[in-house]
Amino acid sequence: MARIDVIMPQMGESIAEGTISRWIKKVGDAVKRDEPIFEISTDKVDAEIPSPTAGTLAEILVQEGQTVAVQTVVARIETEAGAVAAPAAGAPAGGTAAAAPAAVATPPAPAPSAPAAAAAPAAAPSTARPAPAPTPAGNGVESIEERLRRRSTPVVRKIAAEHGLDISSIPGTGMAGRVTKSDVIGYIEAGGAAAAAPAAAPVSAPAVAPAAAPAAAPPVAVPAGYPAADAWEGDTVEPWSRIRKLTAEHMIMSRRTSAHVATFFDIDYSRVAQLRAKKKAEYAARGVNLTFLAFIAKAVADSLRKHPTVNAAVGHETTILRRDINLGIAVALDWGLIVPVIKHADELSLLGLARSINDLAERARGKKLSPDEVQKGTFTITNPGVFGSTIGVPIINQPQVAILAVGTITKQPAVMTVDGVDSIGIRTMGMLSLSFDHRIVDGSDADKFMADVKKSIETFSEGAV
Amino acid sequence: MAEVTYLEAIREGITEEMERDQNVFCLGEDIGKYGGAFKVTEGLQDRFGEKRVIDTPISEAAIVGAAAGASHMGLRPVCEMQFIDFISCAYDMLTNYVATARYRAFLPCPMVVRGPSGGYVRGGPFHSQNPEAAFLHTPGLKIVYPATAEDAKGLIKSAIRDDDCVLFFEHKYLYRRVKGTMPAGDHVVPIGKARVAREGTDLSVITYAATVWKALEAAEELAKDGVSVEVIDLRTLLPMDDEAIVASVKKTNRALVVHEDTVTGGIAGEITARINELCFEWLDAPVRRVAAHDVPLPYAPTLEDFVLPQTSDIVRAARWMVAY
Repeated sequence: MARIDVIMPQMGESIAEGTISRWIKKVGDAVKRDEPIFEISTDKVDAEIPSPTAGTLAEILVQEGQTVAVQTVVARIETEAGAVAAPAAGAPAGGTAAAAPAAVATPPAPAPSAPAAAAAPAAAPSTARPAPAPTPAGNGVESIEERLRRRSTPVVRKIAAEHGLDISSIPGTGMAGRVTKSDVIGYIEAGGAAAAAPAAAPVSAPAVAPAAAPAAAPPVAVPAGYPAADAWEGDTVEPWSRIRKLTAEHMIMSRRTSAHVATFFDIDYSRVAQLRAKKKAEYAARGVNLTFLAFIAKAVADSLRKHPTVNAAVGHETTILRRDINLGIAVALDWGLIVPVIKHADELSLLGLARSINDLAERARGKKLSPDEVQKGTFTITNPGVFGSTIGVPIINQPQVAILAVGTITKQPAVMTVDGVDSIGIRTMGMLSLSFDHRIVDGSDADKFMADVKKSIETFSEGAV
Repeated sequence: MAEVTYLEAIREGITEEMERDQNVFCLGEDIGKYGGAFKVTEGLQDRFGEKRVIDTPISEAAIVGAAAGASHMGLRPVCEMQFIDFISCAYDMLTNYVATARYRAFLPCPMVVRGPSGGYVRGGPFHSQNPEAAFLHTPGLKIVYPATAEDAKGLIKSAIRDDDCVLFFEHKYLYRRVKGTMPAGDHVVPIGKARVAREGTDLSVITYAATVWKALEAAEELAKDGVSVEVIDLRTLLPMDDEAIVASVKKTNRALVVHEDTVTGGIAGEITARINELCFEWLDAPVRRVAAHDVPLPYAPTLEDFVLPQTSDIVRAARWMVAY
């Protein structure tokens, strides 16, 4: 009994490596001498490789899809007692080779003189023959697998770009773990895309990054064509966190994607201020902080139902009108931004909305959001007013088509007309702005929507509080 | 309707066109009394007379030259190359004269040059060639190469009616092996339109002529492993049906180009370039070619089998691409 090595043969003079495309035999299978046991593909040929000896396939050391240097031991065969191995294992020896195409190959030079060492991209200098299996070297030198791992096909890159996905975080089933079209489609269908991409305007998802994301992923340059500044002496250079990188990518992506237009409305919050003052304690008793934002969210959710083009997305030359109204609320964190989503916001009462806003914001700050709580938003509200901003012009949170910004709310003098008499009064005022995607939302649609929001805030029904 | 062979379908097409249009006539070596080396024109001389089915001297240059002159005068000649391999003797006439006549002198050449092509018949290097790529590079010519009996008839009729020179390649391996039922009436297949020979979702095999049948066999075998192969039969090589190629690649995201001609400088290279230019972003694997090795076609059966693309070669390349 003896174990005979099966090696990756040299299929042509200039060939340095080969990929095992298929194992014809499985571990434990009996093999005859010269019976094909695996298929390889190289730069030049695809071929079935015959067994160097009769016996039982005892070990497979290189899996399907892996690429290894010529002369690497790919399997071992346990010979039957007395069976004599062919001298050069793996050689398509003699004219009997069942695998016809192999006949083209030059026999593997038995002397390991300098076979392909130069060209072999294997980790270690491989003049010695059995460059042991591939897998990461761990010494900082990229292995063939690692290099291939980042490879992807054009259609995969296209789909990943459309969904804002990081290809290296998607499990691949192609050769050497390459991400194939079916992998990326499967990942998106399983919800991975939304998790990685809730991005855009105010946003991104910390806890949400797919768990599989390799921590050691090399820093990848963000959107191509970005001028990179040089650091000057004494400057501090902070590498981007994942959330910063996603945010940067999605902001640029959104700017490139949508035809951004903005509209601004002055809102008289006096009535809401009165209602809020009246009910605040009652809400607090139920554990809910009644904020202006809750009133605004309620007015927005109700108005979106009447203006479906604002609660929409852009497909392939189509407009997708969302059935559900899922409000994203941008939450500023010390380490970035996140947009938790209130699902079916139009079905909640003011109390329910206020509670959801409190709850999501709190859990966002405590990093306790689950991935599905940052997905499937259909419209976003961001509130720069809390920092004192009069109003802002936000970037749309893709793939949505509109985002509302809330300006700071202050008491201001305003001209009032009561019974035909003008006077100046003190009113609680603030601005709202809407950034919208002019590809599908025309100015009139946006303004009619905003007029409805304004009206429902200014005439907020006491019965709804 | 009885089935007819690929060869009989061509004869039917020529006969119908000769009956329809007095200006159509045939010329070539031994095509009259003898009926042609493969009997494509058998019976035509008895039917249409010696003035419309002309036996010529052994000179392809003279056949094509005479046809060009006749076509300028309003006739519609159908030239036979006894074996398409010898079309190279008329290369100068075709490329320098015929292909440029319309541009140079407003002289259209409504003529057809047809002939038995291809291997798999142990014919050796002079009787097995597929010289279509040599003419693909010549603006002013059209190239047609049918795979089925129905297309053979429909395309020879379109070729005869076309107002420019059409090179009509006939695959001699298919002559008597492939049969079809001819659609009733005036059956014409448009030049420039490919055909989906088999629908599939995982990989497109883009091919023409005899290898269409190899691709269909390969598709059948791959289907057993759950791989769904689409087979595109180009039918016309010039002008090429980019639309059909792109539609299929966008659907399957993998393109395997197969032809019987040798690989270097073959039409597969041109098709690959078009795929890259028109739908690179839809590819999920590199475009690959399965074609003949770059050697003169050997006489020895085992060597011919090795050199020419076989079903197993297509299966192997397809498996690799699907696993990629």
